[in-house]
Amino acid sequence: MLETFFQWLHDTGLAETVRANPLMFPWVESVHVLAITLVVGSIAAVDLRLLGVASRSQPVTRVIHDILPLTWISFTVAVLTGMTLFTSSAVDYAHNGPMQMKMLLLVIAGINMLVFHLVTYRSVGAWDDAPRAPLPVRVAGATSLLLWIGVVVFGRWIGFVSGV
Amino acid sequence: MMVETLRHFGEWLSGTPLSTTIQNVPWIIPATQSIHILCVAFVMAAVFVVDLRVLGVLARTQSLETLSHRYLPWIWYLLPVLLASGAILIIGEPGRSLLNPVFGAKMLMLVVAALLTLALGRPLRHAADASARPRMYLQAGAMLSLLLWTGIVFAGRWIAYVASF
Repeated sequence: MLETFFQWLHDTGLAETVRANPLMFPWVESVHVLAITLVVGSIAAVDLRLLGVASRSQPVTRVIHDILPLTWISFTVAVLTGMTLFTSSAVDYAHNGPMQMKMLLLVIAGINMLVFHLVTYRSVGAWDDAPRAPLPVRVAGATSLLLWIGVVVFGRWIGFVSGV
Repeated sequence: MMVETLRHFGEWLSGTPLSTTIQNVPWIIPATQSIHILCVAFVMAAVFVVDLRVLGVLARTQSLETLSHRYLPWIWYLLPVLLASGAILIIGEPGRSLLNPVFGAKMLMLVVAALLTLALGRPLRHAADASARPRMYLQAGAMLSLLLWTGIVFAGRWIAYVASF
């Protein structure tokens, strides 16, 4: 079932276009790397505030509000370019170990963010101005930081494992 | 002449014990590249937040002074780590970088971007309050800064695709 899907992706017009134009992959990849640096850097800035390491004099909500649009726009670009790169060799990438790890970490990072937003963040009024937030907040920040570091490490690793 | 000198230097470098160690331990290059990219992530986010604020695109209600104080120092903290990890990558694969025209372009853009960031740092940290529009030269500088740092990231990736001399 999944194999059929990856094969279908591999046969799409988009994938064929990327394979037929050798310069297209590096250009899309460059935009992907740019977007990833902005996603990870902007999320790390928030995580370090949650951990009480950086921007301690600013309210948490303020730090998030300032930077979040950059995170979401970059994330959208990273997903679109990432999917374009993936389709070009969908079957190979689907079997690439570091790629599978990267996707797993992305899913966990998403869950971590969702739990933080729906549960932990509800009480933000109580710790918004505190240089050092309560433990659950710091745990969420540390978890996010580690997961995104993992995403970058496994992402870089993809190219070292297979010939793609 | 310059190319020949660099070629000889690269050949000598790739024969040093440090270089052969990096070549023979397979995880060193990917691990170093990962550290390099993570530092690039911090620098890029810092540059983009401040420059986009100058251009009135992001964090418009926040003062430029606060943002500059919060984000610009990251660039200077991390530049030494970037240079050190970059040096490890060069020592491990001198031929891939030293003789690569894209690597040359990256280093040139890096020097200009660093000087520009240095020059804009003071006026940014002493910029007027949130409501005022940043001055024209700051906006031009921010635009140039975004282009340069984006070019640096692009060039970094293209080193892998462009053949050396």
